[in-house]
Amino acid sequence: MSLQQRAWNIRRHAIRMGAVQGQGYIGQALGAADILAVAYFRVLTYRPDNPEWEGRDRFLLSIGHYAIALYAALIEAGVLPEEEIGTYGMDNSRMPMSGMAAYSPGMEITGGSLGHGLGIAVGMALGLKRKKNPAIVYNFLSDGELGEGSTWEAVMSAVQHGLDNLIAIVDFNDQQADGRATDALCAEPIEDKWTAFGWHAQRVDGNDIGQLVTAFDRARDLGDSRPRVIICQTRMCKGVPFLEDREITHFVRVEPDEWAKALAVLDEAMPQ
Amino acid sequence: MKITKAPPHSRRKPKYEPRLAPDRGDGERLTTSAMIASLDAEGRESVSAPFGHALAGLATSRPDIVGLSADLAKYTDLHVFAQAHPDRFYQMGMAEQLLFSAAAGLAREGFTPFATTYAVFASRRAYDFICMAIAEEALPVKIACALPGLISGYGPSHQATEDLAIFRGMPNLTIVDPCDATEIAQAVPAVAAHPGPVYLRLLRGKVPDVLSSYDYRFEIGKAKHLRHGKDVLFIASGFMTMRVLDAAERLQAEAIDCTVLHSPTIKPLDVTTIVEAARAAGKLVIVAENHSIIGGLGEAVASCLMRAGVSKPFRQIGLPDEFLDAGALPTLHDQYGLSVDRIVARTRAWLNEGSAS
Repeated sequence: MSLQQRAWNIRRHAIRMGAVQGQGYIGQALGAADILAVAYFRVLTYRPDNPEWEGRDRFLLSIGHYAIALYAALIEAGVLPEEEIGTYGMDNSRMPMSGMAAYSPGMEITGGSLGHGLGIAVGMALGLKRKKNPAIVYNFLSDGELGEGSTWEAVMSAVQHGLDNLIAIVDFNDQQADGRATDALCAEPIEDKWTAFGWHAQRVDGNDIGQLVTAFDRARDLGDSRPRVIICQTRMCKGVPFLEDREITHFVRVEPDEWAKALAVLDEAMPQ
Repeated sequence: MKITKAPPHSRRKPKYEPRLAPDRGDGERLTTSAMIASLDAEGRESVSAPFGHALAGLATSRPDIVGLSADLAKYTDLHVFAQAHPDRFYQMGMAEQLLFSAAAGLAREGFTPFATTYAVFASRRAYDFICMAIAEEALPVKIACALPGLISGYGPSHQATEDLAIFRGMPNLTIVDPCDATEIAQAVPAVAAHPGPVYLRLLRGKVPDVLSSYDYRFEIGKAKHLRHGKDVLFIASGFMTMRVLDAAERLQAEAIDCTVLHSPTIKPLDVTTIVEAARAAGKLVIVAENHSIIGGLGEAVASCLMRAGVSKPFRQIGLPDEFLDAGALPTLHDQYGLSVDRIVARTRAWLNEGSAS
């Protein structure tokens, strides 16, 4: 199956979850689906039947409300069963609205209080080096989290400790709760900032599978002591044009009849 | 526009009024800096850096132990561990949010991190990180903090007068407030062996040794009697236990008979022992703590006694609900009621109140 098809499946799982709950961070899930497809079907080493396998690459979801996106990827990866799609956000579900480590197989950390993930990733990368474990820590964070000072404490620290086993992925969709991230606390020029702090930085179209593959491969095979960041420019609600066009997309309002319509739109564009 | 601002301390002298240094009569003046490093003014034997030595010793048989500090290894006695095990020490820099997130990450990878800073920075600055990255997942990170309560003369920036109030509300977190060097040495292995996160209030530098002359053994979650008497029950934690032991000795000379119950674990509180001791108390229950009277051991004891239906005359010795002054520690302890003199005087006065009514 191609990465494009995987991304399409991830989008489909996410829309089905959103439809069950009647709401959800569907914009983020659709926007990040290509990144997650490349991560889970090209980049990460893991065992679907043993999500805590010591040799796995660690994929940390710092942005807890992107949980719907990660559940969709974990379902596609066979870590979570597809039959549980109907439980998303429900009482007693393994898939709560904001991701928590204790709830879901494959969810490494409890994110959601933003600006935590990269610091935890620093600690895990230090720990892996202590154990001489060659696994890599990936921390998936948002452009909004670049406003949190703790993120930059971790950015400095990763360089200080030479964490070449740490790769940060920034989803730059320029949307946060009150509007555009760049209108609130602008992190631009993002790439220059990370580079100035000593990271190897790349900026790609996060909805272009080819660019993502190249960037992830380069980050992993860099061969020097720098930590690496991939800044992925994505479009919220990518793949469902009538949702892409909505102005406020942090928590996109989808009318009950629109879920089926969204699936239909997606299905029409199914990659071969 | 004119800004109307209430004075922070009504009794504080105007800012621009010149002041001469006080003379104690013997030509000696108490200074702030001489008193901030340690509590070495108790007229007792002291031990140097008990936390650092205990941790360095324990780590030889516990390869999972690592140490982290946010530029305060030297001032939390963690430097002793760092010198003994340089490859297991992580200097995280002046970044407390990172300190505790990274400690959480190391714990996730199977290590037992001891992360040190000052109590003010852990409780006020890094709360969300301790809460969500560590406590929510019950990770075995040990948060060891110097200068809890009033152990610094630098003023509110260094005085963690409300650290217990802040941390008591955090689920999963065990809170330990040891009395002296002996207890710190015993607490370190117990805290390391405890499966979850622990907040350990440190005494650093030269630390008085009191409990070695008692038949005492630290256990997480246990309050223990150090002295029995029929009139007054003192319940205390931290260095206030040594102060109430001294106070009890002096009150004995006035025929006031005191029990001292040392309760170093603030959470989970040893409710059974505390309730039994309060039921048996003669005239008065006094909780003494190096903390604000809001949200610390005193209120924890009060609520557990009310729930148990034990209604004894009850008083608190603790810090007032204020931002405290800067100055020399002995002066401040006397000013805010933590000194032995003040404990003795207030206990006497409270007993007299009781007999008058």
